[in-house]
Formats: sequence, structure tokens, C-alpha cells
Amino acid sequence: MTTTTTTSSSLLRFATAGSVDDGKSTLVGRLLHDTKSILADAYEAMERVSRERGGDGVDLALLTDGLRAEREQGITIDVAYRYFSTPRRTFILADCPGHVQYTRNTVTGASTADVLVVLIDVRFGVVEQTRRHLAVAALLRVPHVVIAVNKIDLVEFAQAPFDRIAGEVAAHATKLGLDDVVCVPVSALDGDNVADRSTRTTWYSGPTILDLLETLPNTDELAASAADSGWRLPVQWVLRPQDAAIAPAYRDYRGYAGLVVEGTVRVGDAVSVQPSGRSTTVAAIDTADGPLDEAVAGRSVAIRLTDDVDVARGDLLSSTAGAALPTRNFHAHIAWLAQRPLRARERVLVQHGSSFVTAMVTSIDGILDISLPGGTLDASIVPGHELALNDIGVVSVQLAQPLPIEDYGTHRRTGAFCIVDPHDGNTLAAGTARASAPGTGADGYVSI
Amino acid sequence: MRNSPVTNTEHRLTTLDALESEGIHIIREAIGSARKPVLLFSGGKDSVVVLHLATKAFWPGRVPFELLHVDTGHNFDEVIAFRDATVARLGLRLRVARVQDYIDDGRLRERPDGTRNPLQTVPLLDAIASNGYDIVFGGARRDEEKARAKERVVSLRDEFGQWDPRNQRPELWNLYNARHLPGQHVRVFPLSNWTELDVWRYIERERIELPSLYFAHERDVFDRDGMWLTPHPSVRMREGDRATVKTVRYRTVGDASCTGAVESDASLIADVIAEVAATRITERGATRADDRLSEAAMEDRKKDGYF
Repeated sequence: MTTTTTTSSSLLRFATAGSVDDGKSTLVGRLLHDTKSILADAYEAMERVSRERGGDGVDLALLTDGLRAEREQGITIDVAYRYFSTPRRTFILADCPGHVQYTRNTVTGASTADVLVVLIDVRFGVVEQTRRHLAVAALLRVPHVVIAVNKIDLVEFAQAPFDRIAGEVAAHATKLGLDDVVCVPVSALDGDNVADRSTRTTWYSGPTILDLLETLPNTDELAASAADSGWRLPVQWVLRPQDAAIAPAYRDYRGYAGLVVEGTVRVGDAVSVQPSGRSTTVAAIDTADGPLDEAVAGRSVAIRLTDDVDVARGDLLSSTAGAALPTRNFHAHIAWLAQRPLRARERVLVQHGSSFVTAMVTSIDGILDISLPGGTLDASIVPGHELALNDIGVVSVQLAQPLPIEDYGTHRRTGAFCIVDPHDGNTLAAGTARASAPGTGADGYVSI
Repeated sequence: MRNSPVTNTEHRLTTLDALESEGIHIIREAIGSARKPVLLFSGGKDSVVVLHLATKAFWPGRVPFELLHVDTGHNFDEVIAFRDATVARLGLRLRVARVQDYIDDGRLRERPDGTRNPLQTVPLLDAIASNGYDIVFGGARRDEEKARAKERVVSLRDEFGQWDPRNQRPELWNLYNARHLPGQHVRVFPLSNWTELDVWRYIERERIELPSLYFAHERDVFDRDGMWLTPHPSVRMREGDRATVKTVRYRTVGDASCTGAVESDASLIADVIAEVAATRITERGATRADDRLSEAAMEDRKKDGYF
């Protein structure tokens, strides 16, 4: 319950995914209910609607179905965000719908998630949607995957079906290169192993879903304990107040505003400015509350530089050691999220950091077969010439101007990009750049 | 604001630090792609917090956008005074779109129940179109209501100001896409991921000033359908309505005709935080008659272009 939460607790973002009718909304409702995050009037509204529909007891799924069409059809259409906290942590939950046609929402939810919770109905085991959700987790490199093997009450709390599914999941996860996957037997309906340990799964001694959510390190905590691979700050805005300064002393102020997306930046650090390649040094790290000696990933700051170099919105500041390098050609995995298909040689916009750059998808090099016939993700790319909604493809992209796009596997934030329709501005695809064969291209820029 | 240097040696941001930085990032990102941005500013706590984040985002420069208030004509005097004082203190420009003007010239008609909140949509959309605003910041939070829980941080509105919940753009990583066609605009909600409690804790931490209505005070109130309304020119008293003096505060400050007070002794921010943390009733459920109209009341208003 929120009363005992302190303001110094850390934040965990997680997403839930599952296929139709595997009880995902019920699991979410159960988590909120058992952490006492449902307020009385919302609970009474659920009770009333459950009664009107002639159901027995309270349908916890009603809590997350926020749109009229969802309530009428009894399904979830769009990602719903939920907020709750326990004494140990604050949570932001992206509840993602299960229908195949809404897989794009799972991609959306997973892109910011520290943990992806995937539901499996114990009676049906790993199905196509499960494989798709695990592929999304692998592609987006979600740090932790938790598998809720649900409806364990419907198999008399038996261990054998759980073990069979856990084995199947482990084998599939290995093929995908997912190394942190944990399975938990749960009954979302009754609350077994969700927030409270079940007395009916005596053979299971592992953590509950909530235990995992409270203790798994979030992305920033993982990054802090990882080897230092430098820092990154995409410049969002050049602060040059001149006549709009809040005090005369700041008339000639010049700072570069942005969010530290990776690593820790410190005063005195050598800086590389991309795509210009200029070098300089961090003179100061400013905030409205005063200067900082250092700023960790996740913090919005303004950087002052020692030299008067040309820096604009869309540029990337990075540590000189392991600096990001600009590229004009790269390979990527993309999840195609639009109704209309993608064809080779299509002109698009690539959104990266604070930049939008004209680009061409020069070739579609294959489509991922999510059943992984090749045994690994890379060996399961089958030939294909266009990408349809929900396809995960491998493409080559050429940019009209260079961008410091990096390998997503080592630089999650600067390796991520979106493909945007140049005509109506709609977001068409989520992309992760991959360094298959880095080298210098004919134009002198690095190819990844 | 504090002026002493702040050193964070711990490799972890607190929840409030993370939410503040995310809000500043969203504001800077939207401004970077804006032609003419505006903040919807009512003097309510959420819009006050967005404005506070904006002052931090553009420090040491002034906030680079105008403010817009859609005034129902039924607002509390204290809140209007607070609004004007805040605008003056920060040296900003405020435009006010008045529902009363639309009623006076016949473009809108008073509703039988007397509430004017649903009437704000038309003046809002007219003000956006006539001033050419393309990026419209608001203080809405996803924890307020079920339909809001499904809205993107950066949310596209069509030529009619309508929200299409079934056809929203995917919003990936922290890449916010505010591109739009002429005639369309985008709404931007920097507090999307904040809860009511986060907002109050942040107000306490930052020592942000608010209208006095948010804190316990004695006031004449009467019971209307389980809510404590206050006698106000906009509220039609019914037979049997009898005002009594109670110690109350407001959890939301909106139109006096449909915003109820709650009984409370919370006169300091710390008291309010303790109260909000312990509450068993949602913010809107407790105090907003307009959200009680139907299960889909907010969704319907949002689709029509409401905040």
C-alpha cells in the first residue's frame, strides 16, 4: 500500500503480454487488488458491472478495459498504463493486449519495459503468440522476462504440466538468446503466487510474481553496475536565452539541453560531438536547482562545453572514449507496425534521438519465422520481399544525412529508431540497429 | 528554487527524480518540433506542475510558450487570482477563451444540469485553430481515469480536434513523434506517468505554491448527490439544500458547479500527502460530477476534443 512508500524508492517499468483469454487482465487486476491499489469506488464499479453481467464474484479484468468497445466486446484493445506501489518499489505497468492484430502494442509496451511478463495458459502451453512475444523481448532486449504459467488451478495445481511448459520455454529462450527468463505457476483468478505465496503449489519454492517485480534490477540499475562503455546525451534544445534570460547574468548563457540516455557524464569529461566529430570538454552540468558534478542515465540536464563548437538540436554528445560514430548505411531488425506493407526502396523518415532524417529502405533482407526453424533467431530469417503488419524483418537502410546510430545490443538507446511515414507523420515501425559487419563504407562513414 | 550545488553520487534516481527528468525531456522534445506551442493552464495543481517543469526545462531562459485557459465563467475567484499572479510572476502571456462569450452569442447553450465542463470543448478547439497552436501541453495524468490510461504521451488530434483511441500511433522507447499535417495538432501530457500522490510529493519537495482551495478551510457547503458543493452564483440551489459550515478542501479545482469539496483537516502539504496516500476513493470519483455521467463519460468527451 502506498502509505508506507518512501519517495526514495526506485521505479520499475514492466509490461504484460499474453494471448486471448489467458487471463492477462485478470492477472493485472489481481496484482492491483492484492497490493491494495484499487480504490473503493473503482472496486464498487467493478462489482456493479460484474453483477449486471450476471457473473459470479468480481471480474478483475474490468479494471483495465478502459474503452467502451473493450467493455462491450470483453477484450483489451490498447496499451493501458497502470500505476501502483508497494513499500519496496513504484511500478509503471503497460498492460498490452493479446490479439494478434494488436501485437504492435506489445512492441510499444516492451520498448520501455525493464521486465516483460508473458502469460501462458497451463492447459495450452507455448502457442504462436507466446513465441511472438518472446521474439519481441529478444529483439528489444528487454532485461528480464517472467513467464506466468496461469490457470494452474484448472490442472489441480499439478507440477507436471508446469514443468513441461517451463522446459519448452527454456529451450525456446535459449534459441532466442534470452538469458533471464523465469517461470512462475500462478492462478490469477485466486491469487496463487501473484502477490501471495500459494499453499496449493507446495512443489514450487521459487519467487512470486511480485517478489520478482520488487527485486529485479531496472535498466538504469543494470547499466550502473555494467562495465563503463561511455555516456550518451542527444541534444534536444540549445539554451541561449539572450533577451529572454531570467536574470541579466544569464544573457550570454549557452548550454545544450538533453537527457543522459546512457552512462554517467562528469564535469571535465572529454566530449565528442556527432555527427560533426568535433572534440571538446564538459565545462559544467547545469540544472535549474544548481550545478551537478555528475549526471546519471535518466537525468535531464544542460551541458556547457569549454569550446565554442557548433552544436544543434539532433546532435549527439558522447564520451570520447568509445564515442558514437556517424553512419549512413546500417542493417536493422524492424517490427512493422502499420496496416500497409513495406516494400523495398521505399522512402521514409528515420527518427533517432531528436532527429528526423530522410532515408530509404534499400532492401528487405528477410523475415523472421517466429517458430525458429533454424534453431536461432539469426538462422530463422526466411526470404521475403515485403513486410506486413506484425512482421519482424531484417532490412538495410540508407540515410540522406549521417546519424550516430549504434548497435542496439550494446547501446540500447542510440541503437533504437522509428520509421515514420514522410506523408502523414505516422509511426510505421520500431527498429533496432545491428552491427553484423562493421566497417568503413565507400563514403567514408562507418557502416554497421 | 534551491541554489546550492546538488551532488548525486548514488547511481540511482528516485521515483520523483525520474518522473521530473522524464517530464522535462517530454517538454523539450515537443518544443523542439513545435511551430506555436501553448500550455493549457487553469491554475489547478497539475497544470501548475507542468509549468514548473517548463521553467526548469528552459532555465536560465523564460518559458518559451503562451498559456491558454478555457474559462467556464464558473471558476473559483481564488483560482483565477492565483492564475493571474503566476502568469505575471513568470512574465508570460495568457489567453483566455470564455464559455460565457459563446453562451451570450448563442453558439453554445447552457445545459439543464448547469454544468459547463462539457461546454469547454468548442471554445478550446476554436482557440487552438484561431491562434494556430500546433503543440498543446496539458496536465492530464493516466492514473486519473480509464480512458486517459490508454492515451499516448504525445497524442494526435485530427482537424476536428478528435481523439481516435483505436488508431493511436505506437509510442516507442522515449522517441516522441509530434509530426502532424496542417490543421491537425498534438496534445502533449508531460505528467502522463505521474500519480496524484507523485504530484503532491513533488509539490512538497519543490515548495510549489498552489491556490488556497487545495488546503483545509472553513466553507459553507451543501450536499448534492453525495458531494459537498459550495454556494456559488453558478450553482442553482434546490429546495431543501441547506448550507452548513464545514472544514473542507478541494482535491481538484474546476468548475464550481460540478467540483465538490471533501471534508478534510489537511491544512499543510504533508497532511494532504498523508490523506491522499490513505484515501480509498479515486480523485475524480470523489469530486467530479461530470465523470459520473456514465461509464464512458471521459472517453466520449476526449473523442470530441476535450482536454
